[in-house]
Amino acid sequence: MTDPIIKFENVAKRFGDIRVLEGLDFTVNRGEKVTIIGPSGSGKSTILRILMTLEDVSDGIVWVDGTPLWHEGAAGALKPAGEAHLHKMRTKLGMVFQSFNLFPHMSILRNITEAPVQVLGLSKPDARARAMDLLEMVGLADQAGKFPHQLSGGQQQRVAIARALAMRPEILLFDEPTSALDPELVGEVQEVIRKLAEEHDLTMLLVTHEMRFAREISDRVCFIDAGAIREQGPPEDLFTNPKEARTQQFLQAVLAD
Amino acid sequence: MLFGFEWDTTNGWTLAVSILPILLLGLWVTLKATVLGFAIAMVLGLVLAALKAAPSRLVSWPARAVSEFLRDTPLLIQLFFLYYVLPEFGLVLPAFLTGAIALGLQYSAYLSEVYRAGIEAVPRGQTEAAVALNLTPARRFSRIVVPQAIPRIVPAMGNYLVSIMKDVPVLSVVTVLEMLNVATIIGDRTFNYLVPLTMVGGLYLIMTLLAAQGVRLLDRALPKTGIPLK
Repeated sequence: MTDPIIKFENVAKRFGDIRVLEGLDFTVNRGEKVTIIGPSGSGKSTILRILMTLEDVSDGIVWVDGTPLWHEGAAGALKPAGEAHLHKMRTKLGMVFQSFNLFPHMSILRNITEAPVQVLGLSKPDARARAMDLLEMVGLADQAGKFPHQLSGGQQQRVAIARALAMRPEILLFDEPTSALDPELVGEVQEVIRKLAEEHDLTMLLVTHEMRFAREISDRVCFIDAGAIREQGPPEDLFTNPKEARTQQFLQAVLAD
Repeated sequence: MLFGFEWDTTNGWTLAVSILPILLLGLWVTLKATVLGFAIAMVLGLVLAALKAAPSRLVSWPARAVSEFLRDTPLLIQLFFLYYVLPEFGLVLPAFLTGAIALGLQYSAYLSEVYRAGIEAVPRGQTEAAVALNLTPARRFSRIVVPQAIPRIVPAMGNYLVSIMKDVPVLSVVTVLEMLNVATIIGDRTFNYLVPLTMVGGLYLIMTLLAAQGVRLLDRALPKTGIPLK
């Protein structure tokens, strides 16, 4: 049963002389929950940023739901995508950032209703109803009228998850969603992500340093190093029985404490 | 007599009272030049800022050169150029308009830097979140970046508003009858410079203090909930 919704085909990303990704092949199936782990600077976040159209690719093709993300035109004559194509492709994707990136000048409710109203053309009452349902889901319905700075980091990140879900993406990207949080706030955000993973057929792609959490929620874990996937498999296999020396080394280092 | 008002030279106090209406007429011209010049600077500054930020160097480089030229040459030279040189090429503008344009041009270069700094101070994550939510480039700018840039821009804008008002007397050299020009005319005719010039200084002080206070009030009235201002 393979139904790829994301497919990286020989993708490279270079910033000047720095090669962040090189020859990356990577597939995610519809509804799959995939975690990417690896040392910092290995290109983990770049994969998510390319999917969210925040970085373009230097080489190769990224397919999202059967359509090239960064290219348009007929097969064999692909050219770089314009804003209109990217706009269409983004409707399938949503992203949760490490630093939340809530809009500080908008109330919690406005943060969530803004894009559904502006982009999807939802009426304000409909967008508000959708937002309140989502706030209910992340346990913050009573905070709707507040502003981001009045919330704790954990609460802000839960709002950010609700904001991303309000656009009804098929694929949700999590870029180290708990890395910027105080340790005691990590749990509440993980709880929301775990619930999402269990109850929704959303495709989820998560970059994290929390190995135990990765193990709990993923169907598959990918270890990436020096710009390409070095090893991947179900979490039980990869965490308990890594095959590659580089993976063993990495896991030893991060699981030491 | 000037503008139909007679002066009373009995003593300094009577002179002061009698020329006040004349100076206020001059002040009115000063204020008009300030407002028109600043309006030109605000619009042109935004255009310059946008051009300087353009991805193509073919656009950004000339914009940067123009902005640098406007900032690094004296206002007086720019004013003389507009007033004396342009007519040689057949472009004759009234003195007041020429003066306002000269002020507007020079300050557009300053304001373009204010805009640029204000926009760049908005964290990149804000635009990225807006992209992730699929807002169009125009809406990213107008609904996410601009509202967060304005509270950062207003205080600096206020300083330039006060500054442009203080530069208006330069226009007296091309015959604009702003406050200083009016005062020197009164001085020439009454042989008393002390009173009119002191009054001009006082009126200027009142105007700049009012403008600064206005900017402070505007700054306080702006919504900036949670926007981290450094």
